[in-house]
Amino acid sequence: MPDYNFLVVEDSPTMRQLISFALKRIPGSRVVEANDGIDALKKLSTQKFDIILTDINMPIMDGLKLVSMVRNDPAHKGIPIVIITTEGADEDRKRGLALGANAYIPKPIQTADLLNVVNQILAGKL
Amino acid sequence: MEKESGSISKKVEDFLQVFKKGEEFTQELLKENEKLRYKVAKLEELTKYSDRDGTFKVHTLEERIKFLEEENKNLSDRYREVEEENKDFANRYVEVEAENNNLANLYVASYQLHSTLDFSESLKIILEIVMNLIGAEEFSIMMLDEKTNELTIVANEGMGNEQRASIKLGEGTIGKACKSGESYYREGDPTDLTGIDYTHPLVCIPLKIKEHVIGVISIYKLLVQKQAFSNVDYEMFTMLAGHAATALFSSKLYSQSERKLTTIQSFLDLLKEK
Repeated sequence: MPDYNFLVVEDSPTMRQLISFALKRIPGSRVVEANDGIDALKKLSTQKFDIILTDINMPIMDGLKLVSMVRNDPAHKGIPIVIITTEGADEDRKRGLALGANAYIPKPIQTADLLNVVNQILAGKL
Repeated sequence: MEKESGSISKKVEDFLQVFKKGEEFTQELLKENEKLRYKVAKLEELTKYSDRDGTFKVHTLEERIKFLEEENKNLSDRYREVEEENKDFANRYVEVEAENNNLANLYVASYQLHSTLDFSESLKIILEIVMNLIGAEEFSIMMLDEKTNELTIVANEGMGNEQRASIKLGEGTIGKACKSGESYYREGDPTDLTGIDYTHPLVCIPLKIKEHVIGVISIYKLLVQKQAFSNVDYEMFTMLAGHAATALFSSKLYSQSERKLTTIQSFLDLLKEK
C-alpha cells in the first residue's frame, strides 16, 4: 500500500515520464498516468489520489476543464491539483488558480521546484 | 656578739628565701616563655603552610583555566571547520541534486527519442523535448535533401502552417550551421528578438550522425517564462544533435524499408498468383 498516490495527466509521454520520474523520488509514492482529462476522470472514479498534476493543453479534455470538473465533484473536490503547463503568462496562472488549482508550475519544470510544491501540499501548506 | 651573728644568719636566711623565690619565679617565666615560643613557632609554621597551599591552589586553578580556554578555542576552531565543511556539503548536495535532475532530463529525452521507429512520432518527440524541456515557443526541424542540398521544414511549433522557403546549404545562419556542423547560439539576451526571423534564429543545432549532418533544429522564440538558457539546455542541445539525428535517420530508414518490403511482398504475391 503506497503512502502517496499521484495522478499525472499529460498528453506528452516525455513529460509524463519526467514528472513520474521526479515524483517517484518521494518515498512511498505511486504514480498513475493519464493521457488527457477524460482518461483522468476514469482513473479518479476507480482510485484514490493524494494529488493530481495536470497539463493544460491536451486533446479531448484540457486541464482547465479537468480542474473545474474535479472542483465541482463532491467526491473529489478536496484533492489538491497542480497545473504544469507551457502557458506561463500571469493571466494564465491567475485563471488556473481561480478555477481551484493549488499550485501553478510553468514549463520547463525544475524537478526541485516540483518536489518542493508537492511536499508543501503533502504537508498541508498549500 | 652572739646577738649580732644571729641577726646576720636571719638576714642570710631571708635573702636565701627571697633568692629562692626569685629563682622559682625565673623558672616559671622561662617555662612560660618556652610555651609562648612553642606557640609562636607553631603559628608561624601554620601560616607558612597555609600560604604555600593557597599559592598552589591559585596556580592550579590558573593552569586549569588556561587549559580550558585552550580547549574552548580548539573546540570553537573545530566548530567553525565543521560548519564550513557542512556548508561545503550542503552546496555539494545542491550541485549533485541539480546534476541528478539534469541527468534525469537527459535520460528521459534520450529514452523517448529511441522509443519509436516511426518517423512522424520521432518528430513529435523532438518537438515535445524542445518545447517542454528547453522551453521554446517557436522552432522548427529541417531536414537536408542531399540531392538538392536544401533544408526544408518537416515539423514546427508556433510558426503556423504557411509554406516556408527552403534554405540552401551554406546560406545564412541556418545554412552555414548545417554546412559547418557547428551549433549556433546568438549572443546576448535570448528574450530580445531584434533581428530574429525565419533565416536568423536564436539557436541553430545541426543534427549530426558522426560528422554527417542530416538536418537542423532552429529556435526562434522562447516561452515567456524562459528568460535564459541554462547549462542543462546546452547539454540538451548536444544530446539532441546526436540522438535526435540518429532517431530521425533510423526511423526514416525503417519507414523506407517497410515501404520497400510491402512493395516486394506485393510483387512476390503477384508472381505466386501467376
